[in-house]
Amino acid sequence: MYQAMMRRLTGLLVATALAGALLPGVARAELQIDITQGVSDPIAIAVVPFARAVPADGGLDVAAVVQRDLESSGRFRAMARGSMLAQPTRTADVQISDWRAAGNDYVVVGRVLATGNAELQIECELLNALNGQQLGSRRYTATAATLRNAAHQLSDFVYEQIIGTRGAFATRIAYISVDGQPPAQRFQLIVADADGENPRIVLASRLPIMSPAWSPDGQWLAYVSFENNVSAVYVQQVRSGERRRVSARTGVNGAPAWSPDGQTLALTLSGSGGNLDIYLLELATQKLTRITADDAIDTEPAWSRDGRELYFTSDRAGGPQIYRLEVAAPQRVQRVSFGAAYNARPRISPDGRLLAYVTREGAAYRIAVQETAGSARVLTRGSLDESPSFAPNGMTLIYAGRQGGQGTLATVSIDGQVTQRLKSDQGEVREPVWGPFATP
Amino acid sequence: MRHHAISTLLAIGLLALAGCAGKSAVKPATDNAPAASAVGSGQTSGDASGTATTGATGEGGVAAAAQAETGIIYFDFDSSEIRPEFVDVVASQARRIRGNASVRVRLEGHTDERGSREYNIGLGERRAQSVRRALLLQGVAEAQLATVSYGEERPAVAGSGEEAWAKNRRVEIVYLN
Repeated sequence: MYQAMMRRLTGLLVATALAGALLPGVARAELQIDITQGVSDPIAIAVVPFARAVPADGGLDVAAVVQRDLESSGRFRAMARGSMLAQPTRTADVQISDWRAAGNDYVVVGRVLATGNAELQIECELLNALNGQQLGSRRYTATAATLRNAAHQLSDFVYEQIIGTRGAFATRIAYISVDGQPPAQRFQLIVADADGENPRIVLASRLPIMSPAWSPDGQWLAYVSFENNVSAVYVQQVRSGERRRVSARTGVNGAPAWSPDGQTLALTLSGSGGNLDIYLLELATQKLTRITADDAIDTEPAWSRDGRELYFTSDRAGGPQIYRLEVAAPQRVQRVSFGAAYNARPRISPDGRLLAYVTREGAAYRIAVQETAGSARVLTRGSLDESPSFAPNGMTLIYAGRQGGQGTLATVSIDGQVTQRLKSDQGEVREPVWGPFATP
Repeated sequence: MRHHAISTLLAIGLLALAGCAGKSAVKPATDNAPAASAVGSGQTSGDASGTATTGATGEGGVAAAAQAETGIIYFDFDSSEIRPEFVDVVASQARRIRGNASVRVRLEGHTDERGSREYNIGLGERRAQSVRRALLLQGVAEAQLATVSYGEERPAVAGSGEEAWAKNRRVEIVYLN
C-alpha cells in the first residue's frame, strides 16, 4: 500500500514538472462566478455529499461541484450541508419524509468508487422529495483528471430531469485576457470550463488577439492575431496547439465565423483599398468567394443554423445595422434590425430562432435579442456591454461588460431572469465565446 | 498502480510533444515564448509601444528626426475626416516622408472603446486610409505607406469618458526605419 502510494507520488511529481516545463501554462487570470440575481422562486434541492474514493478522486468533492453548478444556474436553492441531519449515499438509506420536511423538492445521493486501473465510477440517483420516487439515475466512468467533467455531466443530468432542457455545465468557454496598461499590454486567449475553472492559455501575445470562434466540433478555435503588426486569421487545434494561419491578406483580416459544417470560414477582408467586405474561405482548398461588394463597412458575419444565410453588420444605411443575405444569392440583402441607431455584432441561437446583438440605448451599449423577424428585447443594463455568445442549450448568453472600469464577463438568461458576473482576479477579460456540447 | 504512473507520464510526454509540435508551420505560442511574431529580433512587433514618436528601434536619423514631431492625428466620434487643425501635421509628415524615398511608415488607425470591436476595426481602417490618401496627395509614394487598423484594441489611454475617448480616436504615423 505504502509502496503503491510512493510510486504514485513520484509519478505525479514528474508529471507536474513536465507539465510546467513543456505544456502551455495555466492561465494567470482565473474567473470567479458571482450570482447576481436568480429566479424569484427557485427549486429547493439537497445535493447530499457523495461517498468518496480518497485518494483516487484527487480530492474532488463531486457533490460540491454539482451543488455549485445548480445554484449558479439561478434556478435552484441548495440545502446547506450543515443543515443535513443525515448524509445517506444510497437511495435505500434515504428517509424521504425528513428531506421533504426540511423543505426540499428533490434530493441527489451518490457514490464515487475506485474501480481499479486508475478508474473511478460515479453513481447517483435523483429523488423526488414529495413521494420518494426515483426520477433517474446515472453512472459515469472517469479518471481523476476527468472527474470534474463527469461531475458537470451529472449536473446536466439533474438539470435536464427537473427543468426539462439540456444543461450546459459540461461545456467550455474561450475568452481574451488582458494584463497591464497601455501601451504595454499583454494578451492571452484562454480556454476554461464554463464555470471558469481549469483555465489554459491557448495563445499569448504582446499584440492584440481578438474574435475567438469555436469550430462546431469544439476542437478548433479561429481568431484574429496582430502578432506581426498586421491582422491575420488563424485556426488552432485546442488540444494539440497545432496552428495554421489561414488568411494574411493585405489589409484587414477579421471576424472569422465557422460554417455549421465546419468546412468554411466567413470572414472580413479589406484588401489594400481599406473597404471591409465579407468573404467565404473554404478551409480545405483556400478557395475564396466574395459575398459583399459595396462601399460600406460590412463585417461580423454569423451563419444561420442551416448554413444558408449570413447575418452581418453593415453601415450601408449610415450607421451600423444588422442585415441578412442568402449565401447562394448574396445580392439579396435584407435589413433585420430596426429601432436603435446602432445595432451590430449579430449572433444566432443554436436553434436558429433568436438573434442576439449589441444595441445602443441612449449612450449605453447593451445586449438585445429578437426573434429573427421580431422586435428587440434589451436584456442587459450596462454601459459598454458587447460580444454576446449563446450557450449551446440556447438558454443563456455570455457577454462582456465593464464593472468598476474593468472588463468583466457576465451571463444573462434569455428570459432575463438570471444574471451572473464572472470576474478575473487579475486584469481584464473580454470577448467570451461559448463552446458547443462536447461530442461524446 | 505502477502501470498507471508510467502511462500517465507517457500521456503527458506525448501531450507535451504535441504541444510543441514541429509539425505545424507556426509554433504554438506558449506563456514562455513571445508571440510568433518575432521574425527578426530587431522588429517592433513584439514590443511596439505604439506611439509615433518612438517608431521602430529609435535608431537612425529619420526616426530620431520624427521624434521631434508628433505624428498623431485625432478624430471626431464616428468620423474619419481630417480636422483642420491637423492639416499642418499631415503636411509636415508628408514632407518628411517624401523627402527620403527609403523611408517607410505604418499608419495605425484606432477608435475609442465604444461599440462593437470588429466594426471598430472598420472605422480605424477608414481613418488610416484617410491619412494615407492625404499623404499620397502630397507626393508620398504608395510603397512608403503601410496601414493597419487596431480598432479599439490598442488604446493610448485606459479609461472611459470623453477625455480618454478623444485621445484614443487617432491615427499614429509610425516610422519603420
